[in-house]
Amino acid sequence: MTTRVLSFRPLAGWFDERRSSTRELRRYVRIFARSASSVTGLVLVLAFLAIAAIGPWIVPYPEDARGAVHLDRKLGAPSAAHWFGTDEVGNDVFTRVILGARVSLQIGLIITLVAATIGVPLGVVAGYAGGALGEVIMRVTDVFLSVPALVLALAVVGALGPGIVNAMLALSLVWWPGYVRLVHGKTLALTGETFVEAARAVGTGRLRIVFVHILPNCVSPIVVKASMDMGTAILAAAGLGFIGLGAQPPYPEWGAMISIGRNYLPTWWWYSTFPGLGIYLTVLGFNLLGDGLRDIFDPKSRG
Amino acid sequence: MLFGLLCVTFAISHVVPGDPARLAAGPDANDAMVRTIRVKYGLDQPLPVQFGRYVMGILSGDLGESLRSRNAVRDDLVRFFPNTFELVALSLGLAVVLGIPLGMLSAVHKDTWVDHLARVVSVSGVALPAFWLGLMLQLLIALHLGVLPLGGRLPLTATPPEPVTHLMLVDALLRGQWGTLAQALRHALLPVVTLCFPALASIMRVNRAEMIETLQADYIRSARAQGFSGFRIVTRYALRNAMIPTLTMIGLRYGWMLGGSVLVETVFDWPGIGLYAVNAAVSSDFQPIMGVTLLLGTNFMLANLLVDLAYGWLDPRIRRPSTA
Repeated sequence: MTTRVLSFRPLAGWFDERRSSTRELRRYVRIFARSASSVTGLVLVLAFLAIAAIGPWIVPYPEDARGAVHLDRKLGAPSAAHWFGTDEVGNDVFTRVILGARVSLQIGLIITLVAATIGVPLGVVAGYAGGALGEVIMRVTDVFLSVPALVLALAVVGALGPGIVNAMLALSLVWWPGYVRLVHGKTLALTGETFVEAARAVGTGRLRIVFVHILPNCVSPIVVKASMDMGTAILAAAGLGFIGLGAQPPYPEWGAMISIGRNYLPTWWWYSTFPGLGIYLTVLGFNLLGDGLRDIFDPKSRG
Repeated sequence: MLFGLLCVTFAISHVVPGDPARLAAGPDANDAMVRTIRVKYGLDQPLPVQFGRYVMGILSGDLGESLRSRNAVRDDLVRFFPNTFELVALSLGLAVVLGIPLGMLSAVHKDTWVDHLARVVSVSGVALPAFWLGLMLQLLIALHLGVLPLGGRLPLTATPPEPVTHLMLVDALLRGQWGTLAQALRHALLPVVTLCFPALASIMRVNRAEMIETLQADYIRSARAQGFSGFRIVTRYALRNAMIPTLTMIGLRYGWMLGGSVLVETVFDWPGIGLYAVNAAVSSDFQPIMGVTLLLGTNFMLANLLVDLAYGWLDPRIRRPSTA
């Protein structure tokens, strides 16, 4: 009886649905805005994105990114002309830190995207198809997860040779298993849900079930993880840069800058300090944003 | 699992674009010398044969030798691993000893200034790059204030204690060399704090979240109703139930710390396997890196096994699944 009523008033039903989803959206925004830390995270991430986007046009000494040499003003302390001081060849540290945001954004995006692109399909296959294939996928994942990511990345970079491309490749290679684990668990849980069973009962194809019923429900945990991973990947790449295996100077990468600046401590303290602050604020932003998103998407942890 | 790990390390060391034999022979070597080295290390054999040899070698304790120093990797690992273990164990210990009470405190005083302060510390801890934190601590405490040494394990003039366990602090203690012990502790303080900070932050965070959830449970309310003291409820009933996810995090963090030790050891010039791996990686010397990867992987697996065993000890329901 109810279905007949609904089928006579399809538009009203559509409006009801819309209204409830805007209500839901407004509730999300309210939850997010109420939390000071989520808002801080969003602001930090937006600032970082803005700096990465317009960096090359706002920096005072654009030529300093490509290793220009001004020996007459090397290792100058922070001043009005050089807010963060200058480095050992006279480059403006402020310019290089600002341009480093763009480098870090690239690194974070590439690693996270590659990892998700490899990990998510594997996780769905392992969780939904299962069987021997699923078993193999999960065993391989476990092996990768059994070695600390940084050590494995070190091994891969050691094999491929230092450099920013190899560092990103290595980190992407060690990053995907986390997504397999996440999506696998989620897929297993969803496969047992009534709505998936119902879809199967009415004869929906496997592909359609995966794309229409399972994947959309995996999106929110993936987004939360991706936000967190942006931060962690940037941190890891900076770590590789610091030990000399990532970006090579004079490329304006934060980790590599800290590494060279280290030789100039303690007298020329600004050299290492400001790139580190850049990393800290960026990673902090992505972590807080990830936390805020989780509070919205995961009602269980909603306090 | 271990077999899988062997496959991975083998694959990494054999997909290298460069020719390891040529690398080992040095830049001036002629083709004949490269060929000799290739035959000597079995690099001319088909891959499955190489893999078979590799696995057999590892099973008999042979991890190959460093191309650079010609030292057996196994001997190097035996020499350097105790230092890393000491660093990681102390840091993890500190993180647990501080993290759990702070998480508890934060949960019990939820939404007060104690909680806010603890949360600021915990989000910062995860976001701070460990190597940068290490440098800043060196800058402020070792260089500016001059109260603690910059790096290394002992002053150059000091003689290390006669080895018993190869753990320097334990050895100094066993030999009764109090001066050396104090020196070693002073050297360990900054690296331990640096490595401990991210772990402390995440342990605190998990513990806080779990405690908050557990404190809302019915049995806690009944315990309150029966008049148990707040302290007893928190430490005895709530903490025990909040410990399982915390323990998972501790196990996970052990692995992260082994990874983080690479950076912290580089900053503080700590003679452990992290620094060893970095030096090897910088000069494209594979065998040491593979040895370190295997050792740390096995270590992490063992740690996870211990965590699984501890679950059973904490939660009787896991111990006897048939009666659940």
